[in-house]
Amino acid sequence: MQKAPERLIDENGFRLDGRRPEEFRPIKLQVGILDNPDGSAFIEQGKNKIIVGVYGPREIHPKHMVLPDRAVIRCRYRMAPFSTEERKNPAPSRREIEISKVIREALEPAVMPEYYPRTVIDIFVEALQCDGGTRCAGIVAASLALADAGISMRELVSACSVGKVEGQIVADLFDLEDKYGEADMPVAIMPNLNKVTLIQMDGKLSRDEFERAFEMALDGCRKIRNLQAEALKRRCEVLTGTEMPEKGSLEAH
Amino acid sequence: MTLHVEKRQIVTPGELLAQGDYYPDLNTFREGDSIYSTIMGIFDHRGNRLSVVPLKHCYIPFVDDLVIGKIVDVGMSGWMVDINSPYPALLPATEVMGRQHLPRGDGGRILEVGDLVKAKVIAADRTRDPLLTIRDRGLGKISRGRVLKISPSKIPRLIGKDGSMINMLKKESSCSLNVGQNGVVLVTCETPEKEELVIDVIKVIEREAHTQGLADRVLELMKSRIRGEGNAEGT
Repeated sequence: MQKAPERLIDENGFRLDGRRPEEFRPIKLQVGILDNPDGSAFIEQGKNKIIVGVYGPREIHPKHMVLPDRAVIRCRYRMAPFSTEERKNPAPSRREIEISKVIREALEPAVMPEYYPRTVIDIFVEALQCDGGTRCAGIVAASLALADAGISMRELVSACSVGKVEGQIVADLFDLEDKYGEADMPVAIMPNLNKVTLIQMDGKLSRDEFERAFEMALDGCRKIRNLQAEALKRRCEVLTGTEMPEKGSLEAH
Repeated sequence: MTLHVEKRQIVTPGELLAQGDYYPDLNTFREGDSIYSTIMGIFDHRGNRLSVVPLKHCYIPFVDDLVIGKIVDVGMSGWMVDINSPYPALLPATEVMGRQHLPRGDGGRILEVGDLVKAKVIAADRTRDPLLTIRDRGLGKISRGRVLKISPSKIPRLIGKDGSMINMLKKESSCSLNVGQNGVVLVTCETPEKEELVIDVIKVIEREAHTQGLADRVLELMKSRIRGEGNAEGT
């Protein structure tokens, strides 16, 4: 069992992983990395590693779930047994069920389910390695996977978490700050439409702190939105053959 | 009135396409004064109508589409056909032999589970499963040839403008080609080698669907491959 660290921010203003309070972890995004699902994406955010697969729109089973006027969206968030320091029981936990619902509800305003009545869109979020803020990373990757599946969307959803640690507002909390900090607030937005699709808060923030934290989250989400657009454009280049994937060059004869 | 992207430029969902007096067509939507893309694809505009041609999408059946499907179930009054779409299609008995119900016993033998059929969509709206018919020339059970699946979004490219690409393929290979709108292509040739060749060429078209001057390159490839095969047989 890990011990609570004595200080989360040192006297020079650096956090435990060497970041400044407003600094985000480096993010790496890849789209279309799996062959079997209709759409897929991978996100690496610091130590977080999450892979997302999307199926759909496809025929719905069981049939009684069908909605006559739009597609059902199902989401499953799952943590691998090896994703945390201590082995996680592979049975779905209360937390995973909650995060599945939260991710689904954060993505629902972005997709256009009325285009695909009587079908289902399945989103599988598999967290391979977790270090705080996985629901946000999951949302970022899931919206890319949805776009990769060719599903109509109003906008990509970008997400990041902000919070309070040792009285300071910090961006993109990692595991220890999440556990021993004073507040954690995940935010998901549709940047181009200026709409919030998810906001949760764990801990306490004053009104002033909340406003500063929220601004920081919006700023972070907009930056992540640019990374998402870049990742999708790279995927398009592969699909259109303007940049051949490595696999393709091996096949050429 | 400002356009923010150029024709043939790649766009992603939520990307701002234009502001002002434009009409949002396929795969775009209006929010206030702005028009956004809803899909990852290639931007196109005709006059003030803006649209995005998707790079990847699922097949949604429309009336009069030619599709190639697989029988997945035999029911009392017809067959269920998998047409590579979110909606399974129904091929009613009335469309196969002018009666309401399949004859008992060996009635299902006309078409069995696993058979491939070439069919036309006669009714399709997204509120009910699409209906198929095989009552037309050239439709019905497929008895020979090879099928391959390509992405439904690449079908228009394979057919080409007024069928230019597909007619060229037919002419050069002297094979019979049937292109289902659902992304399934049936290739029937005299020899298996030739079928292999045509399938390779179709895969090239799928992979390079969005490049310029594709028709000329495909023609070149076909000619060289056919010559190559001819030589191989000769020696």
